[in-house]
Amino acid sequence: MATTTPARGSSTSARGLVRPTFKQPSKRLPYPIGLYQTAVGKKWVMGVTGIMMMGFVLVHMIGNLHMYEGPAEYNEYAEALRNLGGALIPHEGVLWVLRLGLITAAALHIHSAATLTIMNRRSRPQGYQAPRDYSAANFASRTMRATGIIVLLFIIFHLLDLTWGVFLGDDYIKGDVYNNVTRSLSSAPVAIVYMLANIALAVHLFHGAWSLFQSLGWNSPQFNQARRVFATAFAGLILVGNLSFPIMNLAGVVSQDTRTTPCAAEGGEETDICLGVNE
Amino acid sequence: MRITLKVWRQDGPTSPGSFETYDVPGVSPDMSFLEMLDVVNDRLTLDGKRPIVFEHDCREGICGSCGMIINGVPHGPEKGTATCQLHMRKFHDGDQIVVEPWRAAAFPVIRDVAVDRSAFDRIIEAGGYISTPTGAAPDANLTLIPKPVADAAMDAAACIGCGACVAACPNSAAQLFTSAKLAHLNLLPQGQAERWARTEAMVETMEEFFGSCTNHGECREACPKEISIDFIAMMNRDYVKAKRKNRKLLSQIR
Amino acid sequence: MSDIGYLDGKVPTGPIDEKWTSHKFNMKLVNPANKRRYEVIVVGTGLAGASAAASLGELGYNVKVFTFHDSPRRAHSIAAQGGINAAKNYKNDGDSVYRLFYDTVKGGDFRAREGNVYRLAEVSVDIIDQCAGQGVPFAREYSGLLDNRSFGGAQVSRTFYARGQTGQQLLLGAYQALARQIRAGSCTLYNRTEMLDLVVKDGAARGIVVRDLMTGEVTSHSAHAVVLATGGYGNVFYLSTNAKGSNTTATWRAHKRGALYANPCYTQIHPTCIPASDDFQSKLTLMSESLRNDGRIWVPKNPADTRSPDQIPEADRDYYLERRYPAFGNLVPRDVASRNAKTQVDEGRGIGPLKNGVYLDFGDAINRVGAQVIKERYDNLFEMYERITDEDPYKVPMRIYPAVHYTMGGLWVDYNLMSNIPGLYVLGEANFSDHGANRLGASALMQGLADGYFVLPYTIGDYLAGMLGEKPLDTSDPAFKQSEAEISDQVKRLLSLRGKQTVDQLYRKMGVDVVWAKCGMARNEQGLKEAISDIRAIRDEFWSDINITDQSQTMNQSLEKAMRVSDFIDLAELMCKDALHREESCGGHFREEYQTPDGEALRNDDQFAYVGAWEWTGESGQQKLHKEELAFEYVKLAQRSYK
Repeated sequence: MATTTPARGSSTSARGLVRPTFKQPSKRLPYPIGLYQTAVGKKWVMGVTGIMMMGFVLVHMIGNLHMYEGPAEYNEYAEALRNLGGALIPHEGVLWVLRLGLITAAALHIHSAATLTIMNRRSRPQGYQAPRDYSAANFASRTMRATGIIVLLFIIFHLLDLTWGVFLGDDYIKGDVYNNVTRSLSSAPVAIVYMLANIALAVHLFHGAWSLFQSLGWNSPQFNQARRVFATAFAGLILVGNLSFPIMNLAGVVSQDTRTTPCAAEGGEETDICLGVNE
Repeated sequence: MRITLKVWRQDGPTSPGSFETYDVPGVSPDMSFLEMLDVVNDRLTLDGKRPIVFEHDCREGICGSCGMIINGVPHGPEKGTATCQLHMRKFHDGDQIVVEPWRAAAFPVIRDVAVDRSAFDRIIEAGGYISTPTGAAPDANLTLIPKPVADAAMDAAACIGCGACVAACPNSAAQLFTSAKLAHLNLLPQGQAERWARTEAMVETMEEFFGSCTNHGECREACPKEISIDFIAMMNRDYVKAKRKNRKLLSQIR
Repeated sequence: MSDIGYLDGKVPTGPIDEKWTSHKFNMKLVNPANKRRYEVIVVGTGLAGASAAASLGELGYNVKVFTFHDSPRRAHSIAAQGGINAAKNYKNDGDSVYRLFYDTVKGGDFRAREGNVYRLAEVSVDIIDQCAGQGVPFAREYSGLLDNRSFGGAQVSRTFYARGQTGQQLLLGAYQALARQIRAGSCTLYNRTEMLDLVVKDGAARGIVVRDLMTGEVTSHSAHAVVLATGGYGNVFYLSTNAKGSNTTATWRAHKRGALYANPCYTQIHPTCIPASDDFQSKLTLMSESLRNDGRIWVPKNPADTRSPDQIPEADRDYYLERRYPAFGNLVPRDVASRNAKTQVDEGRGIGPLKNGVYLDFGDAINRVGAQVIKERYDNLFEMYERITDEDPYKVPMRIYPAVHYTMGGLWVDYNLMSNIPGLYVLGEANFSDHGANRLGASALMQGLADGYFVLPYTIGDYLAGMLGEKPLDTSDPAFKQSEAEISDQVKRLLSLRGKQTVDQLYRKMGVDVVWAKCGMARNEQGLKEAISDIRAIRDEFWSDINITDQSQTMNQSLEKAMRVSDFIDLAELMCKDALHREESCGGHFREEYQTPDGEALRNDDQFAYVGAWEWTGESGQQKLHKEELAFEYVKLAQRSYK
């Protein structure tokens, strides 16, 4: 008698018309790599990296609320981020560790999504002709790929805009986070981009923050109801918080700081740029 | 009632298919959907045409043979109902009804709306059992099983293997089918010895044929037995654990 | 019928409770190392087939398994609802192997073989252990122990169940055990493959000829032994609770190769099914018998009463079962309840749009215990009823009518489950079985699994041990080639028919208008004689007037059906012949000429306490009778009474 224990891979006898569309590696790979070879493992990775990025999004949103306290507090918060770890760790050391973690998480999240998408497309070569009434899948779950791509493009735009100051040009002042943000957001087209992107992010989170519980297997009748509430609340919180920034800027509630200029403090001449005058 | 039936006709696995439209007068609301197809087939035969091939057997919603996409929904508009238990009273006079086969790479069309679902059998063969050779079992009451556990296992075991979950899933994923069998066996005390080996084997066999889960929940809506997607979460958890545990078990043998 | 053959059931001698034990010891064994040298063919993957194939595979035999379904899991065993009996006596209510044996013999109206029935009761306890071990999620109590219920009027609680899906769960258990052996390589599955002939050479079964339903290819498979587990023939009535695909082709073709067909007239009618709603009805749906525990059966006293049931006052209702059987009331056995419903409908008191049913009313029960309790007990059944009829049984009484649901007859087998053809074994509903003339509720699952798990694996070894060193007959042998050619000819002939009727139209005409009408719940000499001549006319019509428009050799459902119906036509004739010859009433066979003054079945033990097994003589309807006399040493012959 051959083996009678559960065995990996499909059975050898070819019955019927069906043939595998995807071949599992025959060799058992080391734990995390082996897990990542499979779709369920990739979804697990998407869940874990999703949580990491959710943490970032939440902290980022809360941090930005310092904007409403005023320029000094806001810039102080930005400086504090760079000084995480205090005197023990080199300047921006902790920040870079966090950044690298997020970059890795994003890369894995995107790679998983892309490879799973390819697998899924192969699994349904022919679609249905009749108009489809989805009964459980919602707008968010069906647009994860689209909203994900929008968020990715936005992140690139956001980094170019405020981390590297590509669009502000000479208006960009490294270190003066407050004025960089308010200057950028005071432009209506930019503010609209921010708002649309954050709506996409919230839609992405609305499904993602629920879906991760399924992918990670965090499931219990005791809190299953709460999973949906959590995801909705989380997406809503991020949406409200992040949308407030461009809206408040456009509405003029938050505007550029014209009182002091770092340029003057550095002893340079008072220029329009340093004053941040827009007129 | 008079309905218009637009149905997928395909001569064989490799032939191209297309829709054909039939005018069906004299439909009684008390007919089941399959009885309506019987009537259409009788008329087609008397007209010298080839009847529609569709799979069916018990016609009481338990064998899982029947199944087709009716107006874009697996098993048609009534929730928790297999095609054979769907009645024409759920439709209206003058309706157009579009009938298509399950669509998935793992379910190749054999003819018309009949598909080959043997990929499901492969998943079961990979490990969907508890190895108890005939005669080897102890007295049935020796293994006590708390009622909630037995009930949950039964909820999962209610799966009829019709394939509606795969058909409903935009990714043609078989997570609901696989997880239902895994949950049935992994919940029970008898199933513990092979739990991790079973989980790894069944999931990986599933992935050779089917797409991946994006947690839409369409499968549950289409399921004639309304099996919960909670079992999918359980499968995901067990699978990640199994990847670790199985390596550990191997190292113990060495 | 001038020369009657006599058959030996080969029941071992000795006290009844030692027969099986001593027989197991006396049988020859096959050395474990030699088992893989044997090929065994199993046809059918229901409870009996799947459990047999898995068990043989575990033992180490090379097993080839055939099913016409796409997967073994689709077999019709899956539709059994109620439960499975076992003499576990977990309830301490006085059950025992002996009592289960006694109840089964008596319930079968003394037409079963005592030795077989005792063995069935004996191994019933092992079945529950086996299935629980496989992970069948039987209902549990809060203590974690198995739950039991009483079923079908049994006086002890010995029925194990898994919600209303016991058959499904047991079949999945057997299917999974089979899947494990397929994986291990000891069993090879041939799905979508239909057996169309048995090959017999030198007096023994040598293999089968099959048709691949996807490609139309006809091929041969040889083996040391052939096991048929292909189910019952209830679909001979066209309308039954059987699955649409259930058929007699495998057993019938074995019959045409020499296997005896025993007691075909024993057919069980289930009293609580949903009546047909129109002429397009394709099958009937069974509702669990447990409904009769709380429902009261009645019809309006006045046949012309057209009022809706809630408008009919108590005084105008006839609770005919309660009136006629005060002791058992609505809980009389299946055959009694069914016949009484038929009488009411025949006398014009039927209800519903087609006047083809009787009411099963839960109004009193709801008033007594409340709708909530009724909901807990029967919710899934009520839901199913509403889905099919669009009527809410909480408000409107259910409409029920009897329907065919099990056939006790089948191929004749001896104590070893071997037919009269050496090497041909028959299991489950396909054999003439341990149920006599009437099967008790929750016993079908028990018998299928007993045969497959615990009887055949022993008895087949006894036969195979004698064939050590013999090779299976080569499939290029003329016996195979001739059979293949015959099947191809039959296919060609069927495909050439260009008549005016569809197979279904003719099939319905035979099943409903002839077999059900004249050989159904009640039979009489004149009706049966008419039926035989009607069936002969239908056979002629079939071979001249049907039309199969699908000419393809690929998946061709019209062709498949035509082949099955052609065998049903022949079987129907034998059924009527058997019913005609059995001049008594017993269990599922009720001859109107033989009844007590009260209208109860009247057995004739002096002349008919035998198994009537028919031998094919080359022409339909000309079968020769063989008798196996039944001796009742332990259960005394007595008249059933439910007054």
